Amino acid sequence: MRYLTDRKRAVGWGSAKTGTAHFWVMKVSSAGLLVLIPLFLLTFAPMLGQDFETVSAYYERPFPAIVAALTLWVGFMHFKDGVQVLIEDYVHGTAQKILIIAMICLSYAAAATGLFAIARLAL
Amino acid sequence: MVQLTLPKNSRIRTGKTWPKPEGGKNLRKFQIYRWNPDDGENPRVDTYFVDMDTCGPMVLDALIKIKNEIDPTLTFRRSCREGICGSCAMNIDGINTLACIYGMDEIKGDVKIYPLPHMPVIKDLIPDLTHFYAQHASIMPWLETKTNRPAKEWRQSIEDRSKLDGLYECVMCASCSTACPSYWWNGDRYLGPAALLHAYRWIIDSRDEATGERLDQLEDPFKLYRCHTIMNCTKTCPKGLNPAKAIAEIKKMMVERTV
Repeated sequence: MRYLTDRKRAVGWGSAKTGTAHFWVMKVSSAGLLVLIPLFLLTFAPMLGQDFETVSAYYERPFPAIVAALTLWVGFMHFKDGVQVLIEDYVHGTAQKILIIAMICLSYAAAATGLFAIARLAL
Repeated sequence: MVQLTLPKNSRIRTGKTWPKPEGGKNLRKFQIYRWNPDDGENPRVDTYFVDMDTCGPMVLDALIKIKNEIDPTLTFRRSCREGICGSCAMNIDGINTLACIYGMDEIKGDVKIYPLPHMPVIKDLIPDLTHFYAQHASIMPWLETKTNRPAKEWRQSIEDRSKLDGLYECVMCASCSTACPSYWWNGDRYLGPAALLHAYRWIIDSRDEATGERLDQLEDPFKLYRCHTIMNCTKTCPKGLNPAKAIAEIKKMMVERTV
């Protein structure tokens, strides 16, 4: 039992003075992915079923390599921010913090792995 | 963690079926949520039959008739009977709305009535709106000024006054907030569509001088940004208002003053 007034419960700790930056980054990355994903599919599709040498030679060209790298990076950063909102919605307390940290680590690790793979093909 | 199932003592059971009124020819079946905090029983759904030939057209007419003629223990809030006070908000046929302006001709089959969802229930169809009202108070729903008061009134152009249309009409019935999944999961921190619609009403009031402070207060991942534009609020509003648009406008203002 805590003898808090209704107003105190409603106000809580007040404004966190953050939130708009996260919202804006999500909107910008959404718009970016709207362009990047079709470009990625268009550039990636011809390589499906090709042998390693052909794919490697293809990704030595700057355009498909940069499109793939940007799609991976922007995609995983968008994933990171989006899943953070999802976790904040449905999980509370310590589990929330642990899941957010795990998800951030996973996003950066996945993005870095993808970039490394593209770099290996391209270089 | 979000609870997806009701605790044991909140699970709804089949309740009593009340006798049909004698001589009634045009009977309609009502299934109404009942819960009494004093008897220690689980909530139940009671069944009533109302003769529509002797009943008014609105759901509230039927509820009043049931209370007057069948079961005086049925408890619900009501006052103005014309959609102005917002007291009789409840979940009718799966929609949060005002019983006084919801016609029974809009419902097919049995009339199912529950309290507003995901709120603590005080008794039967009465939800506890204490936190909802406190959230409304927290957005300072009044004119904030720093300039000395003018001799007469604070003046406002016709154009600026028209910006308040579609906002000032809100009767704080809580239908929108209690229809919002984000408010269900995070209602302790998320202000909800009703409070945010009122916040926007004061943010865009040309006479108000606390616009910056109001936006500062909402700059929060939970107070404002739990809105994911689900639009249940707009779909359910019994007054035909658009809280989702008001929230989107606040977000636009937030971005505009940052970027």
